[in-house]
Amino acid sequence: MISLLLSVAHRDLLLARRRRVEALLPLGFFIVAAGLFPIGVGPEPQTLRQIAPGVVWVCALLAAMLSVTQMFASDHQDGSLEQMLLASQPLLVIVGGKVLAHWLTSGVPLVLAAPLIGVLFDMNAQAIGTLALTLLLGTPILSLLGAVGAALTLGLRSGAALVFLLVLPLTVPALIFGTGAVAAVDNGLSAQAHVSLLGALLIFTLLGAPLATAAALRISLD
Amino acid sequence: MTLRFNTFAAPSRFYALAGALVPWFWGAALLFGVAGLYVGFAIAPTDFQQGDAYRIIFIHVPAAWMSMLIYLVLAFWAAWGWMLNARMASMYARALAPTGALFTFIALWTGALWGKPTWGTWWVWDARLTSEFILLLMYLGYIALTEAIDDPRRAANAGALLALVGAVNVPIIYFSVRWWNTLHQGSSISMSTAPKMVSTMLTAMLLMTFCFWAYSLAVVFTRARAIVLEQESDTEWVRALAR
Repeated sequence: MISLLLSVAHRDLLLARRRRVEALLPLGFFIVAAGLFPIGVGPEPQTLRQIAPGVVWVCALLAAMLSVTQMFASDHQDGSLEQMLLASQPLLVIVGGKVLAHWLTSGVPLVLAAPLIGVLFDMNAQAIGTLALTLLLGTPILSLLGAVGAALTLGLRSGAALVFLLVLPLTVPALIFGTGAVAAVDNGLSAQAHVSLLGALLIFTLLGAPLATAAALRISLD
Repeated sequence: MTLRFNTFAAPSRFYALAGALVPWFWGAALLFGVAGLYVGFAIAPTDFQQGDAYRIIFIHVPAAWMSMLIYLVLAFWAAWGWMLNARMASMYARALAPTGALFTFIALWTGALWGKPTWGTWWVWDARLTSEFILLLMYLGYIALTEAIDDPRRAANAGALLALVGAVNVPIIYFSVRWWNTLHQGSSISMSTAPKMVSTMLTAMLLMTFCFWAYSLAVVFTRARAIVLEQESDTEWVRALAR
């Protein structure tokens, strides 16, 4: 089971490595979008510090949604996705492998780039650390929920735009707890409650989203 | 004809039954509406705190209730259609969505109209308002997804999955938004600004709820009939109707 998951993830990572620039586009979007806010809102450090967690999280949300359709698109086009559905191995594990690969290529770079944005927004070290931690817990949630959206909109003309509308409302709790954790730390309180809830959300999503994604794939391909 | 529990799962029979019932629903909606508005505006007393501005409650609260109820009903019928391959159930779910979205919008709009004179602001990001807003986005997402897919069966099943995922998520969203608000600052504005339920006010609210329920049934049945004609257009009975 684990070996199947890792081999599927390994295949997707290999494919992403062959198109490195394409794989890193969400990261580029993240940095550009987050960088636009100080220009638009004004360079006042106090304001930037206040809006920083929200800005970083929302840009991470949008960046994650940008690349989510790639999870299944190329396999759908060349027919290998159908073979995965027909395989004797559980579809759940195959989906898990794809989500893992997606998180590694688009989620982890966001976690690593977030401190950079935090510095641009004049956040203090503790806040940046909390932000990175919440993104570490939150980006897998985004990949999991994005997988459901991508599977539902497989092959549709307006699929990419639809994914935003479908998935973003579902990511609201993660957004709330993620930004709330950083706000708590900024106010001198402990972020433990928020981080615990975010972790619980991750576990819950881990249990439910691959199932929903597998069901959605069967709906889309039958 | 003996009635079985799945007699009206046949689109043609649902079409006939719905056609017969719709005028009665409109009648009921009219009666309850007139009664509710009369009790609400003429009989229920002026509120001690809010004056007469509170009377929008007779539209606002029933609309909010309907918005949530219709979402659950939609999720139920969509799931039923998906699990049992019952296309009438799926068609009915699609018919429910626009009405649910409309009630959500009415709840938000009337809430804003109520908030301005009483709270001093059109909008506030507290738990209930935020989660109602997200409910509207979920309705719009369901409509967008089912409209974007051409194959009716795939559209219905994809919509069912989305509705179920949303139904699981709505309580999470509500509680997370509530915790978000109370973790940092207490709600300075109490959401239960509804006046103590004097029995006439409660009566009026219940009458308006029945009115909206009857209206929903009338409108949803009419829309479902249209969807049936659309999706069953290649059957003999529909072609006979067209002649």
